[in-house]
Amino acid sequence: MHIDELNELAEQIRTEQGSCQHCVRVCMAASCQSSGADDLMKRLEDAAPEGDQVQVKSVGCMGLCSAGPLVEVRSQGDDRPTMYQHVESQDAEEIMGSLGGSVIKRLECPTSIPFFQRQQKIVLENSGVIDPENIEDYIAADGYAALVTALTESNPTEVLHEVNLSGLRGRGGGGYPTGLKWSTVAKMPATQKYVICNADEGDPGAFMDRAVLESDPHRVLEGMALAAYAVGANRGYIYVRAEYPLAIERLKKSIRQATRKGLLGANICDTPFNFDIEVRLGAGAFVCGEETALMQSVEGERGQPRPRPPYPAELGLWGFPTLINNVETYANIAPIIRHGGDWFASLGTERSKGTKVFALAGRIHNTGLIEVPMGIPLREIVEEIGGGVPDGRRFKAVQTGGPSGGCLPEQQMDLPVDYDSLREVGSIMGSGGMIVMDETSSMVDVARYFMEFCMTESCGKCVPCRVGTYQMHDLLTKIAAGKGTSADLALLEELCEVVQMTSLCGLGQTAPNPVVSTLQYFRHEYENKLIRDEFTDSIHETEEMEAVS
Amino acid sequence: MPLQRIKPTPPSDDKRWKLIDGTMRRNGYAGHALIETLHSVQDAFGYLDDPAMKFVASALNLPLSKVYGVATFYHLFTLKPKGEHTCVVCTGTACYIKGAGELIDGVSEKYEVPLGETTADRKLSLLGARCVGACGLAPAVVLDGVMLGKLKGDDLLEHIEKVI
Repeated sequence: MHIDELNELAEQIRTEQGSCQHCVRVCMAASCQSSGADDLMKRLEDAAPEGDQVQVKSVGCMGLCSAGPLVEVRSQGDDRPTMYQHVESQDAEEIMGSLGGSVIKRLECPTSIPFFQRQQKIVLENSGVIDPENIEDYIAADGYAALVTALTESNPTEVLHEVNLSGLRGRGGGGYPTGLKWSTVAKMPATQKYVICNADEGDPGAFMDRAVLESDPHRVLEGMALAAYAVGANRGYIYVRAEYPLAIERLKKSIRQATRKGLLGANICDTPFNFDIEVRLGAGAFVCGEETALMQSVEGERGQPRPRPPYPAELGLWGFPTLINNVETYANIAPIIRHGGDWFASLGTERSKGTKVFALAGRIHNTGLIEVPMGIPLREIVEEIGGGVPDGRRFKAVQTGGPSGGCLPEQQMDLPVDYDSLREVGSIMGSGGMIVMDETSSMVDVARYFMEFCMTESCGKCVPCRVGTYQMHDLLTKIAAGKGTSADLALLEELCEVVQMTSLCGLGQTAPNPVVSTLQYFRHEYENKLIRDEFTDSIHETEEMEAVS
Repeated sequence: MPLQRIKPTPPSDDKRWKLIDGTMRRNGYAGHALIETLHSVQDAFGYLDDPAMKFVASALNLPLSKVYGVATFYHLFTLKPKGEHTCVVCTGTACYIKGAGELIDGVSEKYEVPLGETTADRKLSLLGARCVGACGLAPAVVLDGVMLGKLKGDDLLEHIEKVI
């Protein structure tokens, strides 16, 4: 296929779709589906008038999960679509009846709120717009244009150059420059290389990657194919959690569709470039998000990490150079190649380019999926986009980065959200989970919750992580139960440092972060729970004296 | 000339073994297909028992210790049969903040079953999940494959009662 042929096909599909008067989109992502979108979809299809005047389409995540099931109506000649929230299946007939007429006020979801207005979508541009199970929809939205252009008109070095220029950093949490990683793999002289997509989204409270895979799977495939072309690989694996059955099904379907269209497989676009993708299932192990553990798991072994170096870029899957990136990183590649690295580099902050997808959850009005430019203040995300804390309660902390991240208090709310600023204040960007907590959450309990997570998820290979997390969990349980002493707290702090410094992989090295950050900002909560002894008494006395003076 | 592979016989003449053989065949009976194969055994039979693991080990030409090692390493694999109904409570951060703990305690108390176990009459298994990715619906529970969200008070117990 040549780019002209692809453009022609895209134009043809667009004309076909443009012929219908009204397009009714139903969000079929996991969250809306579990609130009854399946039924609703059937009822809408039944209620739709005969002919091709009305098109009912199942699409991916529209973002505002807390208001689901969501339905969007777009009529021709009307530039602003109408969105309906909390739609039930018995509303189907009413919606069909209202097409071309007035908006149903009872169900209308205001799209003028900051939740929709403040977002900037690159990764999620097709999410909630196209039918994820239909490759033609993706092609009509300029899909695969980047791949076909790159294969037929540029060489791998030019693709690498654009990615380098874009300043894209790994979206899995580490923030390692993507271009640098690609260049290292590209430089390796090996004949066999692999590309892996890390879709083992294990952070509790994060669902960005799942939304991308469910809403726009072809974008990930295109990104992987571009990566393979740039580094010289011919085989790819997507390592996805078995807990995401819908994402797995859609990925497998997309791979079949793309292969049939000649966009994957042998001699893509009549060039010598071959690329096949296979889906591999995880089996519920958080540590498999670590790249060396992930490769072990792809090989069918226990997912235990090994020391680095050698890095996967040198010695990876089955001993060959391997490129591993996260879902969201690959999802950024096609737009970068399409619009150029300069365009991407113009978004975001100086050291963190582009946008970031966050899963907003916890004690907040608008839970759901958002994509915002890097550098946006935390306050804007929580108070404006998220709509603040409900039920008149007071905001207490926002947790970013999952079990490897930290809790940030009110005084850090004006912080710009980017890789470096978050790290400076003791948290991390992580993969993008953002959990808001109000005054009812005890920070000691939160720290204990994450430590319990790390303790059970520790693979057991190295002692600091296996034993350290267990001991820290014991100490936190003791303190949370009001039975801890100041000596326990001191020991806990010492253990934090030891586990951070001496663990083998990222899981252990970052496991103490939730404790460290809650100690940094909410130390009084720990101290209030301690049994009063001479030492704590003296602290309280000095505090009281200071307060008096 | 390569040696003819001798195919081990399945533990029983249950038809479901054909599915499992299909998974292994698609992967060329390679050792790296172990996790996929165990998934397909668990999908077919609900859990992994000793005869199944022995069969997989010999079919993929792996030591039994390795099959056992992998089966016990990953949380999703279970060596014990599940109850007739399963109630999976999400214990992800968002659900935790919104009260997943109380949901677990409620079920535990009423049906006298600790988390991760099955009731004595094998009717109900109470399980925890790391995160089902439905944070917008927190606290969320997957009851017999159906997702229930935004559960309050005794909602969950009522749902379970309806199923059982």
